Amino acid sequence: MSELRDLYQEVILDHNKRPRNFGRLEHPTHQANGHNPLCGDRLTLTLRLEDGRIADIRFDGSGCAISKASASLMTDAVKGRSIEEADRLFADVHAMVTGEAGHEVDVDRLGKLAVLSGVAEFPARVKCASLAWHTLEAALHHAGAEVSTESETQ
Amino acid sequence: MDSAPIASTPGLDLAAIRAEFPILAQQIHGRPLVYLDSANTTQKPQAVIDAESAYYATINANIHRSTHLLSERATQAYEGARRRVQRLIHARESREVVFTRGCTEAINLVAQSWGRANLRPGDEVVLTWMEHHSNIVPWQLVCEQTGARVRAVRITDRGELDLDDFRDALAGPSVKFVSLIHVSNALGTVNPVEELVRLAHERGVPILVDGAQAVPHLAVDVQALDCDFYAFSAHKLYGPTGIGALYGKAALLEQMPPWQGGGDMIASVTFERTTYNEVPYKFEAGTPNIAGVVGFGAAVEWLQRFDMAALARHERSLVEALTARLDAMDGIRIIGRAPHKAGVVSFVVEGVHPHDVGTILDSEGVAVRTGQHCAQPVMDRYGVPATVRASFGIYNTTDEVEALVAALGRVRELFG
Repeated sequence: MSELRDLYQEVILDHNKRPRNFGRLEHPTHQANGHNPLCGDRLTLTLRLEDGRIADIRFDGSGCAISKASASLMTDAVKGRSIEEADRLFADVHAMVTGEAGHEVDVDRLGKLAVLSGVAEFPARVKCASLAWHTLEAALHHAGAEVSTESETQ
Repeated sequence: MDSAPIASTPGLDLAAIRAEFPILAQQIHGRPLVYLDSANTTQKPQAVIDAESAYYATINANIHRSTHLLSERATQAYEGARRRVQRLIHARESREVVFTRGCTEAINLVAQSWGRANLRPGDEVVLTWMEHHSNIVPWQLVCEQTGARVRAVRITDRGELDLDDFRDALAGPSVKFVSLIHVSNALGTVNPVEELVRLAHERGVPILVDGAQAVPHLAVDVQALDCDFYAFSAHKLYGPTGIGALYGKAALLEQMPPWQGGGDMIASVTFERTTYNEVPYKFEAGTPNIAGVVGFGAAVEWLQRFDMAALARHERSLVEALTARLDAMDGIRIIGRAPHKAGVVSFVVEGVHPHDVGTILDSEGVAVRTGQHCAQPVMDRYGVPATVRASFGIYNTTDEVEALVAALGRVRELFG
């Protein structure tokens, strides 16, 4: 039960219920779709790059609480950041949710994203937490691409 | 479940049945396992586990090949299992049973052998919106190869096949084949297969029935159904994974070309010309999953100890009990309201994604499937991204229905 509470922390339940940056930008410079065919999660990410920084970003779609909260937290976290900073954050989040980072979570670097650390105890849910980040990577580096959790190597 | 006495059901001693499944005795997250995912795969009784193990310990040899005693025994065990499967589905002859890797491979076999030989550009293969992906994609593949096309018959809001649309589909001039599911894995609907076969045959069109979810729950008689092909898997029938069977009418199987080449499927091979072995060996290239076939036979023998009518009544009572409990709860929507269902209750919890429901239920020891159930068209039809699916087997009890209902209460506690 405590593991379940670690997974569904209040912050996550809140972002699930009231997702931030929800919707689509009217004139995005970059966008991508993400899809998890195993559970039916779908995500569309639109963002506007200005001078190499993410000036604005939005997401919409349907998914579980973990994927929705992760997307919501991500959009908050990467807004105003450079592409390189966003990439580094993705690497940190990925290491955290897959358990590669061990039990020590660097809250200074991850900020609010640290609430996703409980995912590491639920291997079946790692793809839910990382879908938004894979979609961001596709939007930034493979313009217009559609990513699927079933075509990546994890 | 472990401590309380198990309510019995007429004709089935549930406590004794449960004791035959070693896996059911374990705890999950510190709670008794409540396994409600038998439509995904059933658990295995000790008799099946022992049969595979005993095969490797005492018989193991290749079949149909050598003159030594072990090979003869292995061949007898393998062909004995074929006769058991024949009797299970009441096929006329044992050679009408082809062993495959499972139901999926059985359908692929028909698509690649019968389909490639008979489908022409513009021909139609009639499927339904209820199909599992394994009865959609093999036909899409053969349609790409032949220029034929797929037509999907609609389903109603209750989750039944739209018989008028089925008749319309059959009335088309280009219909060459029908392939449809007996019992829907996503909805539980039992289709009126006998009538569907009759309608297809009135048009002179052969029909395959995907029986993966039917054979574990209903007495199936392929001669009474008169279907041309019937496909199913052992692992949904208390048997091992990776093995299944295709039933085909002998006359059809004989006309069909092989779809895989290799040892055992040939009569003679020269570089100029190869002649093929007879049915069913023509379709069993290479050394097969002999231990799996032996386990399959053991599962059939085990299941046939029970009265299928009593089993069907028991599972129906579980479906009805869960349906009544879910209907009494706020914010639950059952997907699939066909009056005749077998083994499956699919539902969504308002405001909570099925994936989250599944994780919370698991933390309470309750194993269900969440997702699209390899039936994306069904999800699209009912406008849901996924469902929670509880599915029953011979060993499930009404106490386990209550355990699921209690665990759903935890979902509400967490998600409000």
